[in-house]
Amino acid sequence: MRSPGVYFQEGNLACAEGAMAAGLGFFAGYPITPASEVMHHLARTLPATGGRFIQMEDEIGSMAAITGASWTGLKSMTSTSGPGFSLMMENLGYAYMTETPCVIVNVQRAGPSTGQATKPGTGDVMQSRFGSHGDYEMIALSPNSVQEMFDFTVRAFNLAERYRTPVVLLADAGIGHMREKFTIPEDIEIVERKKPKEGDREFFHTDEKDHVPPMPSFGEGRELLVTGSTHRGDGTRDTAGYDTQDKLVRRLKAKIDDNQQDIIDWEEDSVEDAELVVVSYGSMSRPARGAVKRARKDGLNVGFFRPKVMWPSPEERLKEIGKNSKILLAELSLRGYRMEVERCVGSEKMHVYDRLNSLPTIDMIYTKIKEVMG
Amino acid sequence: MITGKELREKYIRNQPTAFCPGCGDGMVLNGMSRAVENLGIERKDIVAVSGIGCAAWVVSPYWRVDTLHTTHGRAIPHAIGVKVGNKDLNVVVVSGDGDCVGIGGNHLIHACRNNIDLTVIMINNGLYAMTGGQVAPTTEHGEKTITTPYGNPSQGMDVAELVKAAGASHVARWTTYHMRELTKEVEYALEKKGLSFIEVITQCPTRTGKKDNLSTLEMLEWYKNNTSKNPEDGKITVGRSVDKERPEMADVIYEQIISAGGTLK
Amino acid sequence: MPQKIHIEIDRELCTGCGICIRFCPKDVLGESGTLNQYGNFYTEVKKLEECIVCRQCELYCPDFAISVEVKE
Repeated sequence: MRSPGVYFQEGNLACAEGAMAAGLGFFAGYPITPASEVMHHLARTLPATGGRFIQMEDEIGSMAAITGASWTGLKSMTSTSGPGFSLMMENLGYAYMTETPCVIVNVQRAGPSTGQATKPGTGDVMQSRFGSHGDYEMIALSPNSVQEMFDFTVRAFNLAERYRTPVVLLADAGIGHMREKFTIPEDIEIVERKKPKEGDREFFHTDEKDHVPPMPSFGEGRELLVTGSTHRGDGTRDTAGYDTQDKLVRRLKAKIDDNQQDIIDWEEDSVEDAELVVVSYGSMSRPARGAVKRARKDGLNVGFFRPKVMWPSPEERLKEIGKNSKILLAELSLRGYRMEVERCVGSEKMHVYDRLNSLPTIDMIYTKIKEVMG
Repeated sequence: MITGKELREKYIRNQPTAFCPGCGDGMVLNGMSRAVENLGIERKDIVAVSGIGCAAWVVSPYWRVDTLHTTHGRAIPHAIGVKVGNKDLNVVVVSGDGDCVGIGGNHLIHACRNNIDLTVIMINNGLYAMTGGQVAPTTEHGEKTITTPYGNPSQGMDVAELVKAAGASHVARWTTYHMRELTKEVEYALEKKGLSFIEVITQCPTRTGKKDNLSTLEMLEWYKNNTSKNPEDGKITVGRSVDKERPEMADVIYEQIISAGGTLK
Repeated sequence: MPQKIHIEIDRELCTGCGICIRFCPKDVLGESGTLNQYGNFYTEVKKLEECIVCRQCELYCPDFAISVEVKE
């Protein structure tokens, strides 16, 4: 683990450093391009910080292991890319249903299926939100720099612990494999999970406004019942009852919905009264921002909007922007965030610059901006 | 000697259970609870992990310890997270044959390879009971089930041999006819360092019973007559088949943390 | 001092599977012929005086319904 200071390193390493800075206690993973460097760095470095590292037999096992470890009181994480992320969907739903804090890093690559392992893509945006079955909500963050790989990993842990839920760090190969300067700050805000008081019996229900019940650990003598089946506040299963299902699934959703203001985050530039706003995220947002800068220099009235948190989406803000401006979504996939942005701004306002396999040049996006503006 | 009532009050919750009359799952739960009682292990130091199926219910919700009731076939990797997370805990996995070696077979193999200190109890009733009696990896060749109405075209798998090859440090097989031996075996497994695997051949009065027209008592009688501790008898071999020493993974991980200069989180 | 044996069978927990009756070496137990609230013919003690406190019935009961208590 590195001491505070300035470093020149790749995004995946910054992610691993961010995890350790946040207090990572358990990592389980399976090798996959382009995410492996996260686990390479942790395999070597995590033990000295007192954290446990294991390589599992597959991503199903990795997701399961971090869930189990989280119940021993440790902050836990796994890292993967598309094919592995698909395998994690089952137990990601389990972690959500059992309200188990954990962080899943998905360094996205070009899909579908095996696709192109070393090439970036952002085709997993919808999967990170809807990939597991049943009604659920997910928190997913999208970094666009090596600095944000560090910062957002810390934040992913903080959100996971704060809201007792799995959090996805939705990076891409462009960011994971890019090297640039980043800073490990002296002071880092760390959030710890809410622990129960002596005598508390309900760990899956709360009347608190934040909807987050306290979380005990195994070995405290509480005779815990943790289950992915529908359960009451004390953890006992109710395999058929209306009320239990209704209350639980609605509370889990409300936990994310009602705390949106604390979770969502974006950056914007010159959006007010812009004729066109370029929306982009992840590595693609870098040339996109460059194209916006050039357009403004050339006197075009173009703004820039970048969601830092993809889910829950900055829905209200996108709707506001869509009222007055045309939207150009620039992304490294055909359907990454498209449906969500289109839902917010309307199809008549919506324009898309999509690209596969690799980042475009600033010129290429700039040409599209001019085309859309007519 | 603890009485049945004392045992029930100390170890069991949420009764009456959902198990069918004569189900072997309750018997396994009985033996496990006695093993813990005989060893004097505190309940707070046990975490029981299970997957999906009737056998998963043995520990969740019925066993009065910390329980993690997980997804189908994934009890073992969840249990590995718990054990590596806190190796002071005694981690017990109870799993059916479909859960353990069907959908979860790969996890089982690798847990044995890791020789991680889990006690894995596989309750083998030879089919998928909860979902309606479908063919399982343990169903014998030619057996008729609801999904093999013309006879099982596949072969039943000897799971004890599989885990032996995969590297478990303790392997045993018993049936619900052998409750005393089973209880002793669970005791041994809880104390044994490394992966302990106990297969318990168990009657399913509802699925197997109906299919083969056998009562609970007839099935138990069958276990008595068709099992032997002597492999040369040509019957189902019961008893301990593996008992060896191998490095245990959680121990090694903890040692590596210490030697890297870390203080355990 | 003679032992005083008491066998308690929880009628509502007993599912009437008959395993305890089969495993009792002294035929102490038998079917009651009465249904409990779940519709099972629970087991009852027929010949308490024959009980040798081997506890086979407790050990084999899948439902934790039997308790053999001994008072000196």
